Amino acid sequence: MGAQLREKAAIVGIGETEYSKESGRTELALACEAIRKAADDAGISVGEIDGLVRYDMDPVDEVALTSSAGLRNLRWMSHTGYGGTGGNAVIVHAAAAIAAGLATTVVCYRSLNERSGARYGQGSTWMSEKVGGFEQMQMPWGLLTPAQAFGMFARRHMIEYGWTSEQFGAVAVALRTHGSMNPRAMMRKPITVADHQASRMIADPLHLLDCCIESDGGCAVIVTTAERARSLRKPPAWIMGAAQGSGTRARGIIFRDDLATTEAHFTAKDVYASAGVGPADIDAVMIYDHFTPFIPMALEAYGFCGRGEGGPFVEDGRIHFDGELPVNTHGGNHSEAYIHGLPHIIEATRQLRGESSAQVPGCEVVLSCSAVAQLSAAVILRKD
Amino acid sequence: MLRGMPLPRPDHDTQPFWDAAQEGRYVVPRCAACGVGHWPPGPMCPHCFGDEIAWGDAPTRGSVYSWVVATHPVAEVLVDQVPYAIALIDLEPGVRVVGNVVGCDPSAIQAGMAVEVFFEEREEGVRVPNFRIPSGNLEA
Ligand SMILES: [Zn+2]
Repeated sequence: MGAQLREKAAIVGIGETEYSKESGRTELALACEAIRKAADDAGISVGEIDGLVRYDMDPVDEVALTSSAGLRNLRWMSHTGYGGTGGNAVIVHAAAAIAAGLATTVVCYRSLNERSGARYGQGSTWMSEKVGGFEQMQMPWGLLTPAQAFGMFARRHMIEYGWTSEQFGAVAVALRTHGSMNPRAMMRKPITVADHQASRMIADPLHLLDCCIESDGGCAVIVTTAERARSLRKPPAWIMGAAQGSGTRARGIIFRDDLATTEAHFTAKDVYASAGVGPADIDAVMIYDHFTPFIPMALEAYGFCGRGEGGPFVEDGRIHFDGELPVNTHGGNHSEAYIHGLPHIIEATRQLRGESSAQVPGCEVVLSCSAVAQLSAAVILRKD
Repeated sequence: MLRGMPLPRPDHDTQPFWDAAQEGRYVVPRCAACGVGHWPPGPMCPHCFGDEIAWGDAPTRGSVYSWVVATHPVAEVLVDQVPYAIALIDLEPGVRVVGNVVGCDPSAIQAGMAVEVFFEEREEGVRVPNFRIPSGNLEA
């Protein structure tokens, strides 16, 4: 892994719809609005976009966008797989296409009515009378939702490293503290560790406040060439490096040799090599926070603390916006909105523009990473 | 026994497992070349990439590797069935499977706890293997 992507491209436009429990609109409408806002933010017209990356789970496809959003000049298109990994994987793809000269201006987007439509936390979203694939080895025993699968990792870290539910609570408090400062956030009422402990159990050891929220909304990000980035409306957020990783062996998330070693351990090596920096150079981190324990797991994987030390690391305000290593200064999937992790790269961009609602002073380099224990992806951005 | 859960739709890789379950046997796929098992069943050995699978009886006992207790009913049919435990159970090297730990208060489950295989007859007449605390009879 070398420097092939280093500062060949930059994020120049970000766009978001309102985040809500019920958008009252189609996902296509959400995608169109987010893309138009991202183009406006960059100061370009939608017709100038010539590349597109979508999440493979997104209900809105390229064809719908060519006819509805005005994307009439696409010459390169791609999809990224496996759920929440997309939040950064889409940026990896966009940067690679730009570095290779396949496109000059790429839009990445995610739109979903996940609260008013099919809710990921509901068994009925995933269940059917008969199930095939790896699900036939899970669902007959009532393993139906992400909280139940990812709770297995939390339990294993409690067994191996003595992590506690109160440490997960410290993560929830940090996320809500940031959410309380963010006017876009769906959840803004501050909470305490005691509130976390009192919240009902969902999949023991995970309480309700260990689980991300469900939301309706859309987001879009525009990536362009280094040359073009310098002449647009907003200061570019430079893509220093980017990487994806599969890890060695995992199927259906939980079928793996070691629940304490995540795919992110592999991605971390590559993204740092790609960017030419290390953990000590990072000023803030955006982490795909589907469940609170995955923040300390990511902090270990990306080298901010040693193996097993993530639990104690997240205590004492260390990951708050004014702490030693600010994490998810927008409130993340837990407090701002769950748009499958795309808001994390948007917040990374805001931090580098100095536009965050929980601005980190002197923030120059941000790591954004997603889907710690699934197909994994990470991007490192630098201030202009 | 959980009611109303999805039933398996076997495929070429999993048919031997479900066929054996109907006869009350828990079988696992092992590599004909290196002998190591894997899970879930797949077309190839993930350790040496051998493509000949030899199915064989699993040990009748395993140990709990990790678990969650489903306390929130994520489907209507589960409202009167929670809490129930969902565990990852080590049966042999390479083979870590899912089951419930039946016949024990979920709060009593511990890492490394021994469990044994038994078979449940779901209402649709499908036999599904599951796990419980050993009765003390080694032949169980
Ligand atoms: Zn083999």
